[in-house]
Amino acid sequence: MKSSVIIFPGSNCDRDMDVALKKFGFDNQMVWHDDSKIPKSDLIVLPGGFSYGDYLRCGSIAGKSRIIKSVIDFANSGGLVLGICNGFQILTETGLLPGILQQNKYLNFICKNVFVKIKNKENKYFKKIEKEVLKLHIAHNEGNYFCSNDELKSIEDNDQIAVTYCDHEGNDDEKNNPNGALKNIAGIFNKDKNILGMMPHPERMIDPFLSGEDGSIFFENLIESL
Amino acid sequence: MRVKLIVTLKNGVLDPQGKAIQQTLNGMAFDNVSEVRQGKYFEIEVNESDKGIAKSQAEEMCKKLLANLVIEDYKIL
Repeated sequence: MKSSVIIFPGSNCDRDMDVALKKFGFDNQMVWHDDSKIPKSDLIVLPGGFSYGDYLRCGSIAGKSRIIKSVIDFANSGGLVLGICNGFQILTETGLLPGILQQNKYLNFICKNVFVKIKNKENKYFKKIEKEVLKLHIAHNEGNYFCSNDELKSIEDNDQIAVTYCDHEGNDDEKNNPNGALKNIAGIFNKDKNILGMMPHPERMIDPFLSGEDGSIFFENLIESL
Repeated sequence: MRVKLIVTLKNGVLDPQGKAIQQTLNGMAFDNVSEVRQGKYFEIEVNESDKGIAKSQAEEMCKKLLANLVIEDYKIL
């Protein structure tokens, strides 16, 4: 299985993602943002970081970069596109995913492990994962998911909520909401479920000694599903 | 010509920075400050002498890049 990780100026989780993808069997290649073509891929990943220094709005400049047209074409033809953290912000700025990631409610940069509840397994990203709750890492200043009421209704009606912040038992209530995100949303799909954007970093949870392995579960499932 | 425009958060959208600024102003004895909304101001030099064309270009710039219409409004000054 071939994957491509796009590198923008200011991306800083691109290498971690490369290590994770290769560890679980992907033949991964790195693609520079100023290229116009993406090599043949089964999966495209927009990594975390601070593309273009978060100028204007997080992800807004990257969302207009030269490579993005190919990402949009790939996504619209049904290809799997995964955006993590800043990658999620870029996906909302391109319009591939609805809504926007606003500044965290209490103005703090949050860097910690959290639990997220898988809300939809009818897709390639979570299909064979047995667990209901995953322990993953978040590190962001703008992770506060927001959209209009009409969009929220459409997202809910189409089962587009992928993961929500919760406690270890899966209670995704306001008490377990780290950043003020609407409905505790930590990740969403597009309608066809081939595009996933999420704030938590599975690539940081792939080592049994350093972190935990719930990220491993995510990548193992992903390569099996493809 | 130079186009000036502002981008602000829509009414009802949470503005935590504005809130923090308001609280600071209150702490500085500006007791009568009841709300602060923060926005962005742009000055864009366009090589275009027709005011109407420059303004309609600015409008496109706002829709496509400068403002995110999910949470922001724009105003060309």
